[in-house]
Amino acid sequence: MNVIIPKKTEELKKQNELIVIGTSWGGLDALSTILSPLPEDFPLPILIVQHRPRNQLGSEFFIEILNRRCQLNVLEPDDKEHIQTGNIYLSPSNYHMLVEHKGALALSNDEPVHYSRPSIDLLFESAAESYQQNVIGIILTGANQDGAEGLQVIKAMGGYTLAQDPVTAEVDTMPLAAIAAAKPDAILPLKDIASFLIKLCKN
Amino acid sequence: MSDSHKDNELELDLFLEAIYRKYGYDFRSYSRASLRRRIQNQLERSKLDNVCELTHLVIHDESTFIKILDHMTVNVTEMFRDPHFYKSFRENVAPQLKSYPSFKIWHAGCSTGQEIYSMCILLKELGLYDKAQIYATDIDHQVLEKAKKGIFPIDTASLYSQNYRESGGLYSLSEYYTARYDSIIMDSSLKKNIIFADHDLATDQVFSEMQVIICRNVLIYFNQSLQDRVFRLFSNSLDYGAYLCLGSKESLRFSSCHPFYKTLDNKYKIYQKTGQHEAFPLNRNNEDSSE
Repeated sequence: MNVIIPKKTEELKKQNELIVIGTSWGGLDALSTILSPLPEDFPLPILIVQHRPRNQLGSEFFIEILNRRCQLNVLEPDDKEHIQTGNIYLSPSNYHMLVEHKGALALSNDEPVHYSRPSIDLLFESAAESYQQNVIGIILTGANQDGAEGLQVIKAMGGYTLAQDPVTAEVDTMPLAAIAAAKPDAILPLKDIASFLIKLCKN
Repeated sequence: MSDSHKDNELELDLFLEAIYRKYGYDFRSYSRASLRRRIQNQLERSKLDNVCELTHLVIHDESTFIKILDHMTVNVTEMFRDPHFYKSFRENVAPQLKSYPSFKIWHAGCSTGQEIYSMCILLKELGLYDKAQIYATDIDHQVLEKAKKGIFPIDTASLYSQNYRESGGLYSLSEYYTARYDSIIMDSSLKKNIIFADHDLATDQVFSEMQVIICRNVLIYFNQSLQDRVFRLFSNSLDYGAYLCLGSKESLRFSSCHPFYKTLDNKYKIYQKTGQHEAFPLNRNNEDSSE
């Protein structure tokens, strides 16, 4: 897989308003690598779907670890939670997390998509629906195809799309599927994604 | 917003308006993000290209509507769902109920009834069942019929039993049902204090002087405006000092009623009404004024 170096960031200066990230197998380490360097005053809220078991304790453990590693505040939202800068919203296990409208989240118990609840596709599609071209969508390591269609929708709406270089992914199925479906704007090694986001979002 | 986005929203609005005007079911204020997806799935199932075609079918063919209705609402439920909620109910709500000579519980959006029977079992084990009058309501007539029967597939029994144990149940769940062929049939002694009734949270009125309202994983399907109507409806229905139990990811925080409540369990969302207020008006004044 060839890494696609993004265009100069000046060319990309749209009004980015939201970052959405999808991952499954290997996600905790990949998320830690990307999220821990982001500064406290990082200007965009971040929504994450990470596939994980429905057991409540595992879920709390996950949040606790990410919070220890990140400068931004990591939380599991309630339904209709307001989307605010400075926060990272992690989809609760066994619920879909969607963007209800600009600035607000919604949760649902609707049937799983690609055997997954939460589903990355649902988050990405709903984010693109509400934020149009102002979304940055990122697909990381994972063992199924969830997220490929969602990334395609973000791209079709004019948003910015990025996939982890599959060579650097613990499991490459998810980024490979996303790359094939969406032909993302950038494909980057895991270690370079954080600094790229910081540059991309500096306005 | 792009034009195509606006056009899609318009199509969806007209579809929901058609259902409301023709059949009286009000989905206009349901949470848009998941509703859109559910209707998209319906289009694929019916092999249709767009929502307008579906609107046409729904207007002219009632049987299509009845089929669709099942997919418009979500009926995910299980006995002792979120077992720790029942534990918390035992600790936070039951002691107060014990002090009452009788009390009323409204279970709003009871779906196929698993969670009602769970509550009845809990009340029995606390020695409170005979003091309770339980109102079980849902918008969907078909699921209410199932709830009344209290017959569930036998392959769910092991999950239900495990939930029951985790909830702090005293015996074995099988004490409360009879297994027959591929079903479990809930004991009829659990049903004697339950009244089942149709009720639409979007349009219908209060059930007065409740001591407990349980409404779990229903509000997540409503938009903010409809949620707020329901919270006002609940507040008007609850006595001073009474309890409101929501789904573990549903919150009163975003509602104007929040100041009238004390949070007893923030994780399993048990609230107590501690403020006095006049009856709240139940009309909604933003996106739909047709109430």
